[in-house]
Amino acid sequence: MKKTINLLVTLVIIAGLSSCNNSESSSNNQGALTGNAAEKVYVAPGELDEYYAFISGGFSGQLSVYGLPSGRLFKVIPVFSQDAEKAWGYNEETKPMLNTSHGFIPWDDSHHPDISQTNGELDGRWVFINGNNTPRIAKIDLTTFETTEIIEVPNSAGNHSSSFVTENTEYVVAGTRFSVPVPQKDMSINEYKGNFKGALSFISVDPEDGEMDIKFQLIMPGFNYDLSHPGRGKSHGWFFFTTYNTEEAHTLMEVNSSQNDKDFIAAINWKKIEEYVNNGGGTKMPTNYAHNIYDEKTHTATSTMKKEVLVVNPSEVPGAVYLLPTPKSPHGCDVDPSGEYIVGNGKLSANLTIHSFTKMIDAIESEKFAGEAYGIPILNFEDVLAGVVEQPGLGPLHTEFDGEGNAYTTFFISSEVVKWKLGTWEVIDRKPTYYSVGHLMIPGGNSRNPFGKYVVAMNKITKDRYLPTGPEVTQSAQLYDITGDKMELLLDFPTIGEPHYAAGIRADIVAKNSKKLFKLEENNHPYAAKNDDDTKVVRNGKEVHIYMTMIRSHFSPDNIEGVKVGDKVYFHVTNLEQDYDVPHGVSMIGANTSELLIMPGQTETFVWEPKQVGVWPFYCTDFCSALHQEMQGYVRVSPATSKLDLSWSLGE
Amino acid sequence: MNNFIKFLLLIIFSFTIGSCGSEEKKEKKKKIQITNTKKKTIKKEKSQNEETVFDLANKGIGPIKSLNFPTEIDKSIADKGAAVFKAKCTACHKIGKKFIGPAPNGIFQRRSPEWVMNMILNPEEMVQKDPVARALLIKFNGSPMANQNLTEEEARSVVEYFRTLAP
Repeated sequence: MKKTINLLVTLVIIAGLSSCNNSESSSNNQGALTGNAAEKVYVAPGELDEYYAFISGGFSGQLSVYGLPSGRLFKVIPVFSQDAEKAWGYNEETKPMLNTSHGFIPWDDSHHPDISQTNGELDGRWVFINGNNTPRIAKIDLTTFETTEIIEVPNSAGNHSSSFVTENTEYVVAGTRFSVPVPQKDMSINEYKGNFKGALSFISVDPEDGEMDIKFQLIMPGFNYDLSHPGRGKSHGWFFFTTYNTEEAHTLMEVNSSQNDKDFIAAINWKKIEEYVNNGGGTKMPTNYAHNIYDEKTHTATSTMKKEVLVVNPSEVPGAVYLLPTPKSPHGCDVDPSGEYIVGNGKLSANLTIHSFTKMIDAIESEKFAGEAYGIPILNFEDVLAGVVEQPGLGPLHTEFDGEGNAYTTFFISSEVVKWKLGTWEVIDRKPTYYSVGHLMIPGGNSRNPFGKYVVAMNKITKDRYLPTGPEVTQSAQLYDITGDKMELLLDFPTIGEPHYAAGIRADIVAKNSKKLFKLEENNHPYAAKNDDDTKVVRNGKEVHIYMTMIRSHFSPDNIEGVKVGDKVYFHVTNLEQDYDVPHGVSMIGANTSELLIMPGQTETFVWEPKQVGVWPFYCTDFCSALHQEMQGYVRVSPATSKLDLSWSLGE
Repeated sequence: MNNFIKFLLLIIFSFTIGSCGSEEKKEKKKKIQITNTKKKTIKKEKSQNEETVFDLANKGIGPIKSLNFPTEIDKSIADKGAAVFKAKCTACHKIGKKFIGPAPNGIFQRRSPEWVMNMILNPEEMVQKDPVARALLIKFNGSPMANQNLTEEEARSVVEYFRTLAP
């Protein structure tokens, strides 16, 4: 008996010891449980975050707005998507935003947000983001945090090396990942080589209202243009694109486009081409693409089909385009804050390649060329090389900068972020990510002046990091403190869709411009009812237009009769509130789209096609006041043959 | 001790009886009737507001500390006020009849000019802290006075317009 007790005691002690060991080793694995990580990400109730992070939703087609360092989600902005929460893409006003030359496309693959810049620094006016699948560039206005413009990109396919802005937001640039026949035509796929082309689009941005316009498309050889970044500082005026598939393969790409020892970074002197175009250069090519603009005063979007685009061949502008050999299918193409270093991360290379802008200019001036590709000069690898980071990890993808002379590169295969020093190319630190990191983001990391406090790593796989939710588990981002020599993992936080890439900015630059409401007197919506006298119901054949108002806590009118089965009923609803954060919703039983969520001073419209005779209720969907439950009304629907005239009322 | 308990019980008992009795009386007074017959609305000839609180000393809480009306009504300001009232207020306030909120007729017989201005400009704080504003919120079934973000000048024009209304 005693022996048994002894044995038990021993077992318990052993178990205790070993469990201690376990927890210690697991905390070593985690790396973040040391120190005061929790304190560093804790934003107390009522306090505000220091940074905005705009994280793309990948295949959800959206852009989500987070706070850093807390990782709290504030808003999901529909961009290339319909959003039943906000009615964006469902209401009549925003449907035109999703129009394309292929028709209404309410989905896309949103990849690379980039914040507008002035003098190479983030100005916080707009976020641009690319739709990868049906090539489009969208602009999100940071006074309303809404998508206000989408321009389709013709001659492009897999719009991936996009949507990065130049130092003064002169251009937002969109490059094609897949080369295609330009213009499109019916031809054999195996005639790809030499016949397919890659269009790089330079979309000008109006400095006042931000309106986008395709200034020109540079028609490049049929490579895959993977990523890009603008020059800055000394290299302002240039744009750099990584390429792969310089083999010009069209099948079994994972083998056939990985044959060449080196692909290229294409260096484009856009200022030179701009000058050429301004002097009448280039050729107008017939094409067809949609340009969709949301007007904040009419609260309505319009879609215009454009029929022409200006194209330029590199051969027309000598000295504007050069190719920099870069090892093994480079993916990320990142330019340091000074504009001197262009980092090309060869996906299939063991090393990181860094080119020197100064050496590139020297080589161009001394005309030292290694050859040419379709008439475009190729420089010597050794002539432009600034340095190599030797074997820092496996599967390098993207690099960002802290403004303190350090660079941070993600490694997809070895799941880590590696910090290294510009100029000496030595590795300073490495930290694991969980798992398979793609992009990383330092707020302002793509500008002359990064805010080098945090880096956000965006992971492709999370597996065991969160409670499981069936086969599909959450996607995630991770926050690291980069103020010390060593990076410190502070926080994991879940994201919406694939957190493909992100842009971050100090909150005070943006928050002060955030709109609180829309002024009623500036509402120029053609169907707005701006006060009770404007409310009415109008029949136009089978169309019925209801001019309705809403305010805490009633609709006007709230009783409507004379609607018939087979009518197409437009509810044009204006929120008369003029106070911050008092939106109202409206929904109608049997309406085939979503509810509406209407901001103060705004007018929105949904369509209802009643199919059944009866008296049908509508109500406010957004809890607005103590009398929210009373905020409702009825529409009487009579048979199609009914002679009942339209009538409407409130409080009678 | 025993007696004391008995005494307490007695008191409690009589209380219960008493409260029962008063409830019965109330019920006799006002029986709830829900039927399908249409309610006949009796139009009251007199007061438009059924408002009984008169409090001219209370200036309310908000940016307006002092406002003395000049003897003459400024017609051009009142006209502007009428337009502002129509655009921002008529969803809830009607001239000459109680609607979601009270009618503005005769308001300055019941309230000070400062109180009215503060109620327009600062309704959230008024409802929380001003006893009259609070009582009104309850009286009007919890319908909040919406802050329509009028400027001080717009609010001033609205109260000038109110001066032109029949009491």
